[in-house]
Amino acid sequence: MTQYETVIGLEVHAQLNTESKLFCPCSTSFGQEPNTNVCEVCSGMPGVLPVLNRTAVEYAAKMAMAVDCVVNEHSVFARKNYFYPDLPKGYQISQYELPLAEHGHLDIEVKGETKRIGITRIHMEDDAGKSIHSASDNASYVDLNRTGTPLIEIVSEPDMRGPEEAVAYLRELHAILVNLGICDGNMEQGSFRCDANVSIRPFGQEEFGTRAELKNMNSFRNVQRALEYEIERQKDLVEDGDKVVQETRLYDADKNATFSMRGKEEAHDYRYFPDPDLIPIKLDPAWLEDWRKELPESPQARKQRFLDQYGLPEDDALILALDRALAQYYEAAVSAHNEPKMIANWMLSELLRELNQSGISVSECKLTPEALAELVRIIDEGLISGKIGKQIFPELFTQGGSAEAYVKDKGLVQISDTSALDAAVDEVLAENPDEVAAYKGGNKKVVGFFMGQIMKKTQGQANPKLVNEILAKKLNT
Amino acid sequence: MSDEKTTLGVEDAAAIAKLARLDLDQDVLARFAGQFNAILGYMDKLSELDTSGVEPMYSPSEHATVFREDRADNDRFSRDDVLSNAPESDGSFFIVPKIV
Amino acid sequence: MSSLNQKSLLEVRDLLQAGEVTAVEAATACLQRIDATDATLKAFLHVDREAALSQAKELDQAGPDPDKPLWGVPIAIKDVLTVDGMPATCASKILEGFTPFYEATCVTGLKDAGAVILGKLNMDEFAMGSSTENSAYQTTRNPRNTERVPGGSSGGSAASVASGQVFAALGTDTGGSIRQPASFCGCVGVKPTYGRVSRYGLIAYGSSLDQAGPLTRTVADSAVLLSAMAGHDPKDSTSANEPTEDYLAATLDRKDLKGVKLGLPKEFWGQGVDPEVEAALLRAVNTAKDLGAELVEVSLPHTEYAVSTYYIIAMAEASSNLARLDGVRYGHRDKDAQELIDMYVKSRTQGFGEEVQRRIMLGTYVLSAGYYDAYYRKAAQARRLIRQDYLDALDKCDLICGAVSPVVAWKMDELIGDPLKMYLMDIFTSPLNLAGLPGMSLPVGIDSAHSMPVGLQFMAKPFHEADMLGAAHALEQAIGPMAPVEPV
Repeated sequence: MTQYETVIGLEVHAQLNTESKLFCPCSTSFGQEPNTNVCEVCSGMPGVLPVLNRTAVEYAAKMAMAVDCVVNEHSVFARKNYFYPDLPKGYQISQYELPLAEHGHLDIEVKGETKRIGITRIHMEDDAGKSIHSASDNASYVDLNRTGTPLIEIVSEPDMRGPEEAVAYLRELHAILVNLGICDGNMEQGSFRCDANVSIRPFGQEEFGTRAELKNMNSFRNVQRALEYEIERQKDLVEDGDKVVQETRLYDADKNATFSMRGKEEAHDYRYFPDPDLIPIKLDPAWLEDWRKELPESPQARKQRFLDQYGLPEDDALILALDRALAQYYEAAVSAHNEPKMIANWMLSELLRELNQSGISVSECKLTPEALAELVRIIDEGLISGKIGKQIFPELFTQGGSAEAYVKDKGLVQISDTSALDAAVDEVLAENPDEVAAYKGGNKKVVGFFMGQIMKKTQGQANPKLVNEILAKKLNT
Repeated sequence: MSDEKTTLGVEDAAAIAKLARLDLDQDVLARFAGQFNAILGYMDKLSELDTSGVEPMYSPSEHATVFREDRADNDRFSRDDVLSNAPESDGSFFIVPKIV
Repeated sequence: MSSLNQKSLLEVRDLLQAGEVTAVEAATACLQRIDATDATLKAFLHVDREAALSQAKELDQAGPDPDKPLWGVPIAIKDVLTVDGMPATCASKILEGFTPFYEATCVTGLKDAGAVILGKLNMDEFAMGSSTENSAYQTTRNPRNTERVPGGSSGGSAASVASGQVFAALGTDTGGSIRQPASFCGCVGVKPTYGRVSRYGLIAYGSSLDQAGPLTRTVADSAVLLSAMAGHDPKDSTSANEPTEDYLAATLDRKDLKGVKLGLPKEFWGQGVDPEVEAALLRAVNTAKDLGAELVEVSLPHTEYAVSTYYIIAMAEASSNLARLDGVRYGHRDKDAQELIDMYVKSRTQGFGEEVQRRIMLGTYVLSAGYYDAYYRKAAQARRLIRQDYLDALDKCDLICGAVSPVVAWKMDELIGDPLKMYLMDIFTSPLNLAGLPGMSLPVGIDSAHSMPVGLQFMAKPFHEADMLGAAHALEQAIGPMAPVEPV
């Protein structure tokens, strides 16, 4: 039986989080009342004209540089002509022959191996609006709030060979966009969208197979599932002697399958031509230099630095470095208390859990990096035990403030006073002669029982390490 | 321009009309096809012109790229303004026959 | 008509500034003239009597303002330009009932200068045409001979000015649509350099070709309007950052044509022009010589490709510009259509007239896959060569002179059945729009065969409107401006 190789190319549309739209001053704020972020320009009234948002160009250029693209100093906006109710002008302003940037790449890691995925081009375009379709009436409701929002379209080379690589690419691309601060990266809200081109070919064949375009995958997981389904579907077709048809297919998450849009969509001749209402973009090389200098550390570079500088294990470094806000938090905490591995552990277990459960982002969290560092320090110094630390973490997370002040206030300070502990151990041993006898008789497990009793007696505040030492001494004399 | 003269028939005219979202009667299409052939035939003159190496000029504008500062301004017009000419609206949305 | 209607814009504005005529009186005189003549002429699509008179009253209450160069002057606007609160139909059924809530920057400029807007003027539908016969509402007549066309597409503007209804009108010129009707009706018409006047609010036909400009009875009148309209507009990316000038001062400054080199392109003279028209033009050119102008022969070798180039580009741009007219957010919608695509198709087919449909389809064709390189891209290359022709010629002279139109105004219905023949009439005007240079028509006489006005075209270097207006003014003073006429 023939072995097939999968070929995947991805097109990502990312919404740039500028204040205003690409070609008019309307706000881009999400979730507004319908048609309130709309003006005469973005609603395509007769006689209106587009004027280009400078910051959108800056953001697009920065993304291009972050993925090593060649930024074209001369690029042109072109009209992409088609009719649709959420496309008020009857054309989208996009870029065709001369896009903003080309020939970039990014590196992904799958199964421990690094692979370079090419990026064909990045271009700018304006977003369309949204329609809501009535369930009962013959009506659709058009909302133009989103029309005109700046987008960049990032087209990859067909370099991915499986769903895992595709998702790794998307995650990396997503991280870079969010790290730059130019995109919210919210797949559910639609600020990060992905379409996939998938085909198969017999191993060894150079020619690409016929590809299908997949749309409507609104999470990384759905991208993976959609690709897995589609690859199987294509393999089955070809093995049955049928041909794969070049078409657009929509992914249905409920059914976990892709469905053809054929019949619903007609072949589009977009009749691209340079938009005569806009002057070609001419980028001053000096601006590009300034913007390049402003680029933040890339997630990859930061991950490597975390490995080198803090000696963290690979997986930990990846999680902490990928998200810029989390990385900044980590480094601030380590500055306050220089225990990189401990701080990492506390963040990866306790902090991430609390953040996920509460839905708060790390930048909104009340527990400051300094406070988290303080918590780790007082555990280090023996002021409280790690166990107590875990217990009080949720409250510290919710209210913030000094960990030290908190434990002192609540009387949680670990008892490390040896004479007090001595006394407590003596009491417990005296109260439980049978268990002492059992220990002397060879049952070492009883130590746990003694520990429990000592903890009870001390409201859990006995320093376990010291207690162990004292117990051992007393029991073994 | 093709070396052979392009002759448009009624079907070609109908296909163009469809792209342009127009629906014309057969006799109108036939008349248009005839006129198009005359007009395009005249325009084929352009193929005689040697334009090798000539950069296309899509606009006479020669000034530098015009930019707008990224500041939101929603105060210029209201939703009522934007919907004021809508053939069908409920005061919030533009309403069209259902998009299938 | 009253003696007031016969005055030039400059004369009436002096009377208004001096308080000898009130704004209400001026507006009333124009409204009366419109009442008396427009049943025949059909220049106006919409007259807003109340708005005009109340605007005039307000001005009178505040009193004449010397900082407002058009204070109290009644003007009218071609219906392709948006005026806040007034309907804008572009003489098309598809925009019947459309009222913009925004306004063309150049119109606001005129209002800020104190002008009183009386209403909207008839035109060829969406500015597509050379006779105003393509209006979906009515056919405007040439006031010199009401059996003849006023020219197009700014036919309403030219007819209104030439008949004394208004002191000035705004038109737009994409392939000759200000210059040609001006020459047909016997008034002055100016097309500024591309980018001189903002296109914001100008309902687009050919985006890289359109410019709004004045039509008036004298050159100096146009100069005043141009100053009020010109300037950089941040809402129009194609509007130039060139400083504006006091065009009136520059115009009035020129008393003769000493030191002015007039270039006569050999492609514009001696062939392709009706002999009677050429005779009238030559008389004017000789007068120019008497005024001290030096005549030089120049060449615009790519003239024969201009009409093809112009129509390919204009139609392509128009097919895209008119896609927004889909019945979704404004304009005509076929309410019986139950299905979306059906709604689009029916609304557009019902709403657009035949010439517009023709151009949309041809524009769609020349942009479509497989034809783009042969037509649209090729035309854009030819366009660069045409512009270079003009710039080279203007190295050898100050102004290029020639015919506006090969013929005088033709009879109604004479050319409407033959689109190509009509297109070929744009041979002398369309290349200027391709090049983006400024041009104007000056009425220089009447042809002996048909007794219809003949216009001489002046063309200048980019942003050198002052040179053009000054020279035309000097010639006009020698020949005498054309007086407004009763519709005949």
